[in-house]
Amino acid sequence: MADLNACGRRACAGDGGGAGAPGAGGAEPHTGTTIVACAYAGGVVLGADGRVSTGNYVSNRASNKIMQLTDSIFLLRSGSAADTQAVGDYVRFFSEQLAGELGEEPSVQTVANLVATMNYNNKNNLVGALLVAGYDEAAGGQVYGIPIGGTIVREAWAIDGSGSTYIWGYMDAAWKPDMTREEAEAFVVEALALAMARDASSGGVIRTVTLDKDGPTHRYIGGNDVPRFHEELPPPAPPASMAVG
Amino acid sequence: MSGIGTGYDLSTTTYSPDGKVFQTDYAQKAVDNSSTAMGIRCKDGVVLAVEKLVVSKLLVEGSNRRIFNVDHHAGMAVAGLQPDGRQVVNRAQDEATQYKSFYGEPIPGSVLCERLASYKHVFNLYWYTRPYGVASLLAVYDKAGPQLYLVEPSGVAHRYFGTAVGQGRQSVKTEIERLKFADLTCRQAVVECAKVLHKVHEEDSKPFELEMSWICEESGRKHARVPADVVAEAEAAAKAAAESSDMED
Repeated sequence: MADLNACGRRACAGDGGGAGAPGAGGAEPHTGTTIVACAYAGGVVLGADGRVSTGNYVSNRASNKIMQLTDSIFLLRSGSAADTQAVGDYVRFFSEQLAGELGEEPSVQTVANLVATMNYNNKNNLVGALLVAGYDEAAGGQVYGIPIGGTIVREAWAIDGSGSTYIWGYMDAAWKPDMTREEAEAFVVEALALAMARDASSGGVIRTVTLDKDGPTHRYIGGNDVPRFHEELPPPAPPASMAVG
Repeated sequence: MSGIGTGYDLSTTTYSPDGKVFQTDYAQKAVDNSSTAMGIRCKDGVVLAVEKLVVSKLLVEGSNRRIFNVDHHAGMAVAGLQPDGRQVVNRAQDEATQYKSFYGEPIPGSVLCERLASYKHVFNLYWYTRPYGVASLLAVYDKAGPQLYLVEPSGVAHRYFGTAVGQGRQSVKTEIERLKFADLTCRQAVVECAKVLHKVHEEDSKPFELEMSWICEESGRKHARVPADVVAEAEAAAKAAAESSDMED
């Protein structure tokens, strides 16, 4: 109660404060992350980096921060790994239940509202900044931003996580309406790569999912294939000429 | 009257030897003895209409409502015991607002119907409550289009193109069977309802009020009373039709 930090009982994601795994800088595992989602004409593209860090230790360099909630609705997680997994599990459960009652898949708006409700009603105990992206017949591709605290806003594109702070300018400059699927995919990958280049808590691999009326298409971009930019070193060349003295 | 079970009809939790729960049947009788309520699902919406018998000249016109709003996109007409009906409407309203609050979207018609049916059914299960003596005609317009449901006192619920409950239900159903629902607009259905209810009421000479509501494109997909001028037009057409059929006799 003495800690009147706006984010609740723990310090905001990105800090190392509080009890955690011993010998890891005192931090809890968190997804210091970059997550990006963007709607296009006919669907939605979502993407995330792969780094999970505990202080300076990268506990997982190829994690999957994209969680499937229903056949055509996905959750992008940033903040506390535990909190966001818990919220995702609950919402997946409620969505399945609702699908049984409705006799059809729930709408993206409904599932996004479930996530927001969890974030809002438990705001004192959760640190999760989430994006819900999905496709349904009624409204096509949709992106909902659900930051810490439980706000919910539908947007044409959304970003979150610690790495997102470095790419707001890029998103504003490069986004245009009515993108094609290819343009939207390139936009998301480029945004993630830029953020991963500058944010220490983001990196590793890029995972994307493209959702349209035919369902999800998953894509994995391994560490060596992530786009690199000015002043970034390429990976070392394989030792081809070691045989020669 | 056949079917009055000696001793098997005293409790909701007693079956008769031929497999009836008489209390449920008696609840249905309460509905059958009430004045007629009907609904028609057209191609662009749903129309509900109730024949309200005017019991006394001292009553203010338009009082004793029989049709209620459940949510913006849903309405209910009630036949049977009116105080019971009020409780059922309240429950439907609660279901609708809670669903909207939790799921962030208006309650789908099929879900509202299911919830109401399960709710009414519960009262047929226990000895310490009696079944609701109410039949509910639900008019809903959601993502899946316009829908008309009837939930009976037993908890049975069906989806209809057109149906009626109450005293004149048989005659009304016979009359509307000939309608081509797929081609009917709500405007036309309003006139048909007025005609049918006037025709069916011809038998008695007690005065009655026509209460009508609709939910259609014209009403912005919101459940609302049919505007007074439209009702007046429909009633005039109905009376004219009744008179001309009288002359034919």
